[in-house]
Amino acid sequence: MSLSHKASVQVGPDGRLRHLLSTEGLPAEMIRRILDTADQFVSVSEREVKKVPLLRGKSIFNVFFENSTRTRTTFEIAAKRLSADVINLNVGASSTTKGETLLDTVWNLQAMDADMFIVRHSQSGAPHLIARHVKPGVAVINAGDGRHAHPTQGLLDMYTIRHYKKDFSALTVAIVGDVLHSRVARSQIHALKTLGVPDLRVIGPKTLVPAQVERLGVRVFTDMAEGLKGCDVVIMLRLQNERMNGALLPSAGEFFKCYGLTAQKLAHAKPDAIVMHPGPMNRGVEIDSPVADGRQSVILPQVTFGIAVRMAVMSMLGSP
Amino acid sequence: MMKIEIRGGRLLDPAGGGERQASVFVADGLIAALGKAPDGFRADETIDATGLDVCPGLVDTSARLREPGFEYKATLESEMRAAVAGGVTTLACPPDTDPPLDEPGLVEMLTRRAEGMRLARVYPLGALTLGLKGERLAEMAELHEAGCVGFSQGDGPLPNLATLFSAMKYAATFGYTVWLRPEDAALAGGGVAHEGEVATRLGLAPIPAIAETVALRTIIELMAASGARVHVSRLSTGAGVDLVAEAKKRGAALTCDVGIHHLHLCDRDIGDFDANCRLSPPLREPADRDRLRRGVAEGTIDAICSDHTPVDEDAKQVPFGEAEPGATGLELLLPLTLQWGRESGLKPAQALAAVTHRAARILGVASGTLEVGANADLCLFDPAKPWVVTPQALSSQGKNTPFQGLELTGRVVRTIVGGRTVHAN
Repeated sequence: MSLSHKASVQVGPDGRLRHLLSTEGLPAEMIRRILDTADQFVSVSEREVKKVPLLRGKSIFNVFFENSTRTRTTFEIAAKRLSADVINLNVGASSTTKGETLLDTVWNLQAMDADMFIVRHSQSGAPHLIARHVKPGVAVINAGDGRHAHPTQGLLDMYTIRHYKKDFSALTVAIVGDVLHSRVARSQIHALKTLGVPDLRVIGPKTLVPAQVERLGVRVFTDMAEGLKGCDVVIMLRLQNERMNGALLPSAGEFFKCYGLTAQKLAHAKPDAIVMHPGPMNRGVEIDSPVADGRQSVILPQVTFGIAVRMAVMSMLGSP
Repeated sequence: MMKIEIRGGRLLDPAGGGERQASVFVADGLIAALGKAPDGFRADETIDATGLDVCPGLVDTSARLREPGFEYKATLESEMRAAVAGGVTTLACPPDTDPPLDEPGLVEMLTRRAEGMRLARVYPLGALTLGLKGERLAEMAELHEAGCVGFSQGDGPLPNLATLFSAMKYAATFGYTVWLRPEDAALAGGGVAHEGEVATRLGLAPIPAIAETVALRTIIELMAASGARVHVSRLSTGAGVDLVAEAKKRGAALTCDVGIHHLHLCDRDIGDFDANCRLSPPLREPADRDRLRRGVAEGTIDAICSDHTPVDEDAKQVPFGEAEPGATGLELLLPLTLQWGRESGLKPAQALAAVTHRAARILGVASGTLEVGANADLCLFDPAKPWVVTPQALSSQGKNTPFQGLELTGRVVRTIVGGRTVHAN
């Protein structure tokens, strides 16, 4: 029996992007269009006056049910450079603790004439739920939901890789570390597959690799040296503090010994491989300082490109 | 007492496996004869069943009625109406109410109220441990006297092994059946979806298949050591079906059931986080579903239950992982069982065995047959009638179902309990 599953919430029947919830299901053409649009915004950020009037008069609500200063700030900067009005709500600390439901919170904010919601939530799928219940014309951007997705991060990573490597169709890419809990890894995997990366790998101990991840089109390596061999791109994931000592891993030290990216391990990759990290980094846990600050690191450019990519997504969703 | 003739229908007798055109003669609330009227029988009422199938009223091994304690989700009244609207005339309800069914007074109150409604026959399961906390044994003998047909932890975690072993030995003392849902709480810990590609994709906390099989192996070991009779509630994995088949082959006093949703759906159906597919146990992979389907057909799985769990809309309009598990099922049990039967190449009478006499045997009650002398609990349904699952089409207060908007075939026209029409459509 097949259930009458609703059409994609994210892409309308006309092929237009209505919300950005996941990189899964985004056609390659759409991803390229987002990256091309971001190209134009990179130059805006380099100008004296870093503003364009594309979203003037629009109200963008940053609704963070899970705390994050970093991501919220990048969205705020992107919105302001598009001349939108930005309202920041740290909901984690207010409504839900008073017992208000997620949808009530959203409907209340919608009644304040929001045009766009940037949502972060600890539960996978929360932005989908919101997107299904907002008025037509109101857009939702997923700024990270549980372990599910962080699509703007995935897209800014694609932008970064394209910037340095041009063509996806001959690349070997490795994603290293806590894939199990990583929404960033999932967003990267879907986007990299869609863009045609032929050799995509994840590297980590079996406790941090999710079940059947191969079915997403990746090869699993448990040995760092073997997994890094011949890579063009090495993406390190953040290891959350609470996962360093417990049933999944014995210690941060042992993790660093086996999976921390040092110059010595990086030597297994191609000489011109780039090193990426979504931040914030744990130096000495997943990455060694000489590598984080070294010539192959593109970690700070990722942040810069992130603003442009978020501007691109917002402008595409917010313009009529 | 009333004498009734139901004529013109096609009789489906799952116990005998037969199908034939024949009248049913009812007297004093019992089946008096089939085919030919008994001598001197004069019907006070004649029911025309032309074009309809007539089968024993359905027996459901797991339906939550939500009382006491969860009246905002559903009431005894609404769910008893849902039962008979679905052709279910006998049901077992798990003890996970609030308070749980751990003392005789609560059980008596529930059965007395249910009897007063004169709809379906309700057989409660008593709590295996006080408050379902897994620490102290509930008063099983007292609860049995109050009407409990078995003892269970509901959907709560199994007690620690020492307590579980002891509870099983105690139940075995009196010959009571222990109903257990095989799930190792630590392995399932915090999970909300089957561990596999879908949970990985959606980033949902996983429940591995071994949470079921490890618990099942443990239960089978403890059964052998304690001598208890066990009914395994709601299998969800293919490996679980194999374990049960093996145990039965060795002669273990084991029965088991499966929820109707698990015969039709799998983890792929979660789609984009459809909270109506948040079930407990979780929907598993297509291969598991197929093994479960074969398991019922071959008889390894004794019964199909509705696993009816009405959930209020607020508890489903939340992110998937926070949604309350469960789906409404009483009114879908018949059409979905018929559909599974058709798709498995079974005749309707064969398919219905899993929701009639095979289910009644688990409860230890004399329902689910068309034998002369049995209670006249009957379900008359239109086997070809298509209908769409909508909130309006359901009597249950729970409108939560993954089948929302889908067209099903087979609709109950009349339900009779003890010779009395309790639902007519």
